[in-house]
Amino acid sequence: MTETRSVVVEREIAYPPEKIWRALTQPHLIEDWLMKSDFAPVVDHDFTFRGDWGSVDCRVLEVEPHSSLAYTWGAMGLESVVTWTLTPTAAGTHLRMEQTGFRPDQEQAYQGAKIGWRNFLAKLEQVVARD
Amino acid sequence: MPHTPDLLFRTLADPTRRAIFERLCRDGEQTVVAMTALAGVSQPAVSKHLGILKRAGLVRDRHAGRQTHYTAQLEALAPLVDWTKQMAGFWEGRFDHLEDLLKRMDQ
Repeated sequence: MTETRSVVVEREIAYPPEKIWRALTQPHLIEDWLMKSDFAPVVDHDFTFRGDWGSVDCRVLEVEPHSSLAYTWGAMGLESVVTWTLTPTAAGTHLRMEQTGFRPDQEQAYQGAKIGWRNFLAKLEQVVARD
Repeated sequence: MPHTPDLLFRTLADPTRRAIFERLCRDGEQTVVAMTALAGVSQPAVSKHLGILKRAGLVRDRHAGRQTHYTAQLEALAPLVDWTKQMAGFWEGRFDHLEDLLKRMDQ
């Protein structure tokens, strides 16, 4: 499978990366804009987002203060990785969120994944390609 | 009966049921007996999971003698194709909330 399913949302935000980083990593602030969680900015930390509609199982993959943050996002029967990238600009910060479906080369990064799930997604891609 | 994403997600949320479905995707048509040998749960439990998968349109059964054979129905996954669109909408909304929060953090 060479192709993955990916969602990218980008925005110019009129605040410095340091401030946005706080909103992305402090649970009481995360709760305000995203969901309740027991997040901690520590690689390999397992945590859960809890919303009205259900929960999301996550594991921290990458923490580069004020610059990038990545965690797995397992919900609704699909496994993915959410990566936040903060780039300082003259006016503030370019904030980018990419949510990517699972790729075989990410197997090591995501220990909870199952080989069968990749096959399933590969087959899903074939179904999508046929449509 | 239309198969909503909700039903698909709920059906595939159970790890044992998902494993059974994945196995059918991977290995093709199987009998309950063959699947029970590998699922690590009882035959009635496997049958129950297959019944739920069938209701969601994810498997089809075929009777041959005393055996029932099950096949994965990948077409039933089509509603999940909209996943990226739904998630993009979700994150756009969260970005709005994030900007609101950042404004309030100023005060």
